Amino acid sequence: MNGKMISHILYKLMGVEGVLLLIPMGVAILYGEESYLSFLIVAAALIVLSLVLGAKKPKNPVIYAKEGLFIVGLTWLVWSIFGALPFVISGTIPNFLDAFFETVSGFTTTGSTILTDIEVLPRGILFWRSFTHWIGGMGVLVFVLAIIPLADKRSMYLMRAEVPGPTVGKLVPRTMGTAKILYAIYIGLTALQVILLMFGGLSLYDALVHAFGTAGTGGFSVYNASIAAYNSAYVDGVITVFMILFGINFNLFYLMIARKFAQAFKSEELWTYLGIIASSVLVITINIYSLYGNVMTSIRYASFQVASIITTTGYATADFAQWPYLSQMILLLLMILGACAGSTGGGIKTARVVILVKSVRREMKRLVHPRSVSVVRMEGKVVEEETVQGVHTYLLFYTAILFVSVLLIALNGFDVTTTVSSVLACLNNVGPGLGEVVGPTGNFSTLSYFSKVVLSLDMLIGRLEIFPILLLVIPSLWKKK
Amino acid sequence: MKIIIMGSGKVGHKLVEQLAQEGHDIVVIDSNPAALQALVDTEDVMCVEGNAVDYQVQLEAGISEADLVIACTDGDELNMLCCLLARKHGAARTIARVRKPEYYDQLPFIREEMGLSFAINPERASANVISRVLIFPAATSIEPFAKGRVELMEFALDAGNALIGKSLVEINKRFSFRVLICAVQRGQEVFIPGGSDVLEAGDRIYLVSSHDELQSFFKEIDLFRSSVKNVMIVGGGKISYYLAKRLLFQGMHVKIIEQNMERCRELCEQLPAATVVCGDGSHEELLLEEGIQEVDAFVAMTGMDEINAILSLYAKTRNVSKIITKVTQLSFTEMLEKIGIQTIISPKEVTANQIVRYVRAVSASVADNSVESLSRLIGGRLEALEFLVEKKAPFTGIPLKDLSIQPGFLVACIVRDRELIIPGGNDTIEEDDTVILVTTRPHVKSLHEMLA
Repeated sequence: MNGKMISHILYKLMGVEGVLLLIPMGVAILYGEESYLSFLIVAAALIVLSLVLGAKKPKNPVIYAKEGLFIVGLTWLVWSIFGALPFVISGTIPNFLDAFFETVSGFTTTGSTILTDIEVLPRGILFWRSFTHWIGGMGVLVFVLAIIPLADKRSMYLMRAEVPGPTVGKLVPRTMGTAKILYAIYIGLTALQVILLMFGGLSLYDALVHAFGTAGTGGFSVYNASIAAYNSAYVDGVITVFMILFGINFNLFYLMIARKFAQAFKSEELWTYLGIIASSVLVITINIYSLYGNVMTSIRYASFQVASIITTTGYATADFAQWPYLSQMILLLLMILGACAGSTGGGIKTARVVILVKSVRREMKRLVHPRSVSVVRMEGKVVEEETVQGVHTYLLFYTAILFVSVLLIALNGFDVTTTVSSVLACLNNVGPGLGEVVGPTGNFSTLSYFSKVVLSLDMLIGRLEIFPILLLVIPSLWKKK
Repeated sequence: MKIIIMGSGKVGHKLVEQLAQEGHDIVVIDSNPAALQALVDTEDVMCVEGNAVDYQVQLEAGISEADLVIACTDGDELNMLCCLLARKHGAARTIARVRKPEYYDQLPFIREEMGLSFAINPERASANVISRVLIFPAATSIEPFAKGRVELMEFALDAGNALIGKSLVEINKRFSFRVLICAVQRGQEVFIPGGSDVLEAGDRIYLVSSHDELQSFFKEIDLFRSSVKNVMIVGGGKISYYLAKRLLFQGMHVKIIEQNMERCRELCEQLPAATVVCGDGSHEELLLEEGIQEVDAFVAMTGMDEINAILSLYAKTRNVSKIITKVTQLSFTEMLEKIGIQTIISPKEVTANQIVRYVRAVSASVADNSVESLSRLIGGRLEALEFLVEKKAPFTGIPLKDLSIQPGFLVACIVRDRELIIPGGNDTIEEDDTVILVTTRPHVKSLHEMLA
């Protein structure tokens, strides 16, 4: 394994985080807060470290799939560790493990928090907290790939390890070009949302912070009551629409920009995703009608919550822990399902579910016609057998990790709903779970530190789709024999 | 430039490697997902899986915006069809690999009808490369310009050479040939020599002139004695045919050893002047009988790389002075060089190089003057460009000595009405001239750039 190149890229990436930390520092200075010092210290340390250690490029710059996974896994871990330091230094979250949980939750766009009172925190700190969502949403490495060529021509190994979905393709021949297009779409949509939110009466700061949370499908708010604090149907509507948009595969946006509408609207994943949203909203609206007694209000809450959960954002406008069980269970299933591949959302991803359903249907057919030969098709194209197998493997690992995590979290002694939903909320990067403790009105502060570490790992595993993190924690995969 | 390459075989792979490095946006189409996977992992390109003739597949690869389409799949017919379709969909230029002699002979017609910009025949191209090396065994490499009228030749000044210790002015006085020394590589340094520069032993020098002039020049400096008179070729494939034809034309004696009787007959019919021997070229007895000890050059052209390598090593023990080995599988050439096989020809690499050369010329062309050909030498530190002067420009009609040409540029040759001019200070560049410019500056795109 090319350890020198891994550390070289890692040092470079640390420098990038240092530069990014200057943005919340600017916000802190703007609001005249003392917390700017904590950003300055960490940013300076990162930039100096990066310049000193990352100056020399190793002689052998060749990386393979293994190095790619490794770099991605390590980067997210290192970024989370350093990203947590401003919270600790500024004293807003004095315990490092708490701060680490909060930062991982930010970068992985989960949105689970250990904070009991958000509103008392300085604005610079809260800005950083939400900004991590925005960076983590499209991907740390994709962001860096858009500005500096990291591994020359083998950068696809990095991109593939970070972008979610069963298969990762390029939009244009160059990795850098692809990364640039993805970020251009991302920035464009975010800017549009900021403007629309400002029309709804939000200040620029509020609009930015909530757009970051939506764009990354994260879910951190600056209010204890989340989006419900505004109590505005317009704001709810804008955020609902944008959550759904950010849950769509970004390739489709590119196709639309390139005026290939027919190709974009042919996407099976898109229609499945929209179909699931529509039917879930319908059922939940009927289910909660008796609670609100008004069709429009029911639709408003139901659609917001469905969009928030399926895209794994985790914003709340209503305490869905109080909803009837049917609605709660639908939301739980949506958590697992997640958004589209190639979006900023988490979960298993609609594309995988589509492939899975089709491959199961094929197996059923084989039972009846043992000699039949058939292929799995999606979007009009044959899905490679390897991809189908990859989806099966993914699901297997996903389930295994879910079980192990549930067992470990069970040590806290909470009830079944809390235990299972907290793991699901973290593993799928949703944010809030169900029940009193970790539900939309609660938070993760009462969990043991051990649980917080386990859930932090779950969040990283969920965001990076298992393997980069798994590789890090299983030494036999990378140790020299 | 946006380039679409159809077929990710060895030629395709080699092309991608070269062209991606030179900053082109590349899309590769192939029907083999495993080959594409290997490509996308190691190179910064986009891949599209499918049949290259499929309209949808071509569309997905963005055919209408492509500046260049290169078809190098297995089949000639497939390549031509791909290019035809690509042209219809709006691709600006197309290149096809066409190797069957039947098709290649009627190429002008096919090119016209299919709108092909360039067709390459790997066997013929390889034969050309080999014949150039055989004609000037002392040269390390030879690059043709102006449709072969001008050659740029690289050769090393070994100890004892008559040119060593002389300045260019002295060389010009002593030898009355129209040959220009246009560049010198000394150790790590590459420079365009002036009149007072003195050549040293170990220099690699680059000469420009016509083929005949170079030949007489070599005779004069006593390097011509190692020229080749008798050539033995083992294996009678397509390359051997093209090669023998060229060598016979140069007046060499060619002996072809081929196993297959029928093929021997064909060769006999096509090449009346050659000696065709039917037999197994891998038998020592036969080689000795046919006089391997007396030949000046030995060319191993069988279909098996291993046999070619062994035959070449054997020829070396028999003191054959020039040995050329054909290797089809691209790997391991470095190792072969180490064990003493000097000149290795890989048809696939030759093909890729020719296409890359064409692509460079196209991408260096700008609106007001066109680069006809571009060679990158010494790892890109020296470039030789061929320009066609299409209209009057600030530099036309003025004697070269009155033009303020920047250092690092040299007008090496002017071709006017098929006549070759090695320019002196009083010569001028005129409209419709073909000019060969040698420069140590990278990425020169126009003749205007040489002016201060």
